[in-house]
Amino acid sequence: MNWITNYVRPRINSLFSRREVPENLWTKCPECGTMLFHRELSDNLNVCTNCDHHLAITPRARFAALFDGGAFVEVKVPEPIADPLHFRDQKKYPDRMKAAQKSTGEKEAMLVAEGEMGRTPVIAVGQDFSFMGGSMGMYVGNAIIAAAERAVQTGKPLVLFSAAGGARMQEGILSLMQMPRTTVAVKMLKEAGIPYIVVLTHPTTGGVTASYAMLGDIQIAEPNALICFAGPRVIEQTIREKLPEGFQRAEYLLEHGMLDRVTHRKALRDELISILRMLTGQPAPTRADLPAPEPATTEA
Amino acid sequence: MVYLDFEKPLADIEAKAEELRAMARKGEGAVDVEKEAAALDAKAQQMLGELYASLTPWRKTLVARHADRPHCSDYVQALFTEFTPLAGDRAFGDDHAVMAGLARFNEMPCMVIGHEKGNDTKSRIHHNFGMARPEGYRKAIRLMDMAHRFGLPVITLVDTPGAYPGKGAEERGQSEAIARCTMKCLEIGVPLVSVIIGEGGSGGAVAFATANRIAMLEHSIYSVISPEGCASILWKDAEKMRDAAEALRLTAQDLKKLDVIDRIIPEPIGGAQRDPAAAIAAVGVEIGAMLAELSGMKPADLIRDRREKFRAMGAHALAA
Repeated sequence: MNWITNYVRPRINSLFSRREVPENLWTKCPECGTMLFHRELSDNLNVCTNCDHHLAITPRARFAALFDGGAFVEVKVPEPIADPLHFRDQKKYPDRMKAAQKSTGEKEAMLVAEGEMGRTPVIAVGQDFSFMGGSMGMYVGNAIIAAAERAVQTGKPLVLFSAAGGARMQEGILSLMQMPRTTVAVKMLKEAGIPYIVVLTHPTTGGVTASYAMLGDIQIAEPNALICFAGPRVIEQTIREKLPEGFQRAEYLLEHGMLDRVTHRKALRDELISILRMLTGQPAPTRADLPAPEPATTEA
Repeated sequence: MVYLDFEKPLADIEAKAEELRAMARKGEGAVDVEKEAAALDAKAQQMLGELYASLTPWRKTLVARHADRPHCSDYVQALFTEFTPLAGDRAFGDDHAVMAGLARFNEMPCMVIGHEKGNDTKSRIHHNFGMARPEGYRKAIRLMDMAHRFGLPVITLVDTPGAYPGKGAEERGQSEAIARCTMKCLEIGVPLVSVIIGEGGSGGAVAFATANRIAMLEHSIYSVISPEGCASILWKDAEKMRDAAEALRLTAQDLKKLDVIDRIIPEPIGGAQRDPAAAIAAVGVEIGAMLAELSGMKPADLIRDRREKFRAMGAHALAA
C-alpha cells in the first residue's frame, strides 16, 4: 500500500491520449487499460493492480524481488562470436544489437544469477523479452549451458524463467542449433539429479518452447501467458478458422495436460521455495528462512 | 519434367529440340535436323550445368522443394530391404507425415525414420505435406528408444517444411514433442546419422537431425525459418524471400562452412529431380560412409560424440 492507492485511481485512458502521458511514469495495462503509476506497478511485480494482468518484468527486477534481500551474484556467460553470418535485413544485426543494448541497458537477452531464495541456494536464469524479443541465439545458448554447468558444479537447483518470441533469425541456422545445444544442458542437469524448474512467462513461443522451456521437471506458467510453438496468427492463416477463447494461454495448456501449475507472480516465490526444498530434501521453510520484511511504508 | 521459373530459357531450348525431332519423324523439315537438335541438346546441357553451378539461395529453396525430387519413400524403397513400417505413438494416433520402421541397410538391421511429403494431391494430403504433428515426433521417440534397446543404428531422412501449425497439434503439445524428440536423439547409445534430402524446416527438422553425422544433398536447404516467414517478419514483406534466403545462409555450402553439417552429397547435373536414381545412390553411399565412421564406437562414446558436436556448434563464423 502506498499513497497512490488512496488517491483517485487514474482511469484516464479514455480521457487522454497516450502521447500526453510521460512514458516513464505511467504504464497502461494492455488488458484493462488502467493507467498504472510506475512505483505502484513495480511494487506489485509488474502485475496490474486492477485486473491482475501480468505485464513483462525484466530478469533484473524479477531477481531483485526473488532472491533474499534482493542479493544475487551474476554467473558469467561466455561471449559468442558477434554476428557470425554477417546478417543484414533492413538493418544490420550489429546495429540492432546496439539499439537493444542501449534501450535495455543489458548486454543480451538472458541473465544468469546465483543466490538464495528463502535461504534455499538456487541458480536462476531469466530471459529478457525486452531485448530483441528475448530471442534465442548463441548467447542464450551459452547462458543456459553456463547455468547448467554451475548448477551441476554446485549441486544447486536451477529455475528458469522463459520469455521469448523464439529463435533469433539474425543468427540463422546457429539459432536453430541452440535447440539441441540447450537440450544438452538440460540433459546434464537430469543426469546430475539437479532439479530443473521452468516458469513460462508471457510470451514463450517458437523454438524456445520446443527445447529447454518444455523440458523442466516441473512446468509452471504465469497466468494468461501465451505459450506455443506456432503462434495463433499463423494457425488461423493455416486452418482458416477462429481459434477458441484462451487458446494457447497458460490455463488452456494446464487443461490440456501440458503444465503442472499456473501460479500468480506474487505467489511464485513461496511456491518455488517450497518445491525446491522438497525436491532437494531440505526441511520445510520456516519464517526464519525468509528475510525480514521490508519496513512497511506508513501512510494514512 | 516440371520446370522451375528460372529454368524457362532451358525449357525453351529443350522444347525446340523436341519440336525439330517431331518434324523429322513426320518427314518434314531440312536434311540435317538431327544435327541441329543435337546442338540444341548440347546447348541445353551446358545451360543446365551453368544454372545449377551458381544457384542462388532462393533458387536452391525452389529446387529443394521441387515436386519431382525423390522423397523419403523413394530412398527407403531403393536403399533398404525388408522395410517394415511401424506405426503409432501409443497415445493418440499415427502420423503419416513421418514414415518409420525397421529395415536393413546393406544387410545391417537398422531403424529408418523420415518425413514423407507425398507426390500427388491425394498422397500429399495423406502425408500432410511432410509436416509432422506431435504424434510423429512421439512415434520417432518410441522407435529411437527401441533402436537403442536393440542396438540398431538410426538413419533419419529429413524433408519437411516444418512442424504443422494446427490447432490440434498445439493442443497435443507440439513443442514438448519436438523438445523430447531432440532430447531422445541425444540419449540413444547407437549410431544416429541424418541426411537432409530436401527441406530442413526448423524445429521439425532438428528433432530428427540431432545426429552424430549430418549430410545434406547439394541443393537441399536447412533453416531456422522459411525465407518467406523470415521476410514477412524482418522485412515486413513476404515478397522479400530472395533477400531473406540470402541472409539466412540456408544452403548446404554455407552450413558446411559453419560446421553445422558434415558432408555435402553432390547431386546429378540439374538437381536430384533430373536423375532421382543417381541422387538416391549417392545418398546411399554417404549413409554407408557415415555409419562406417561410427562403427565400433561404444554407446557412451556415441552419446558423448553427439553432445560435444552440438555444444561446440557456433565456434566459428563465416568469412566476411
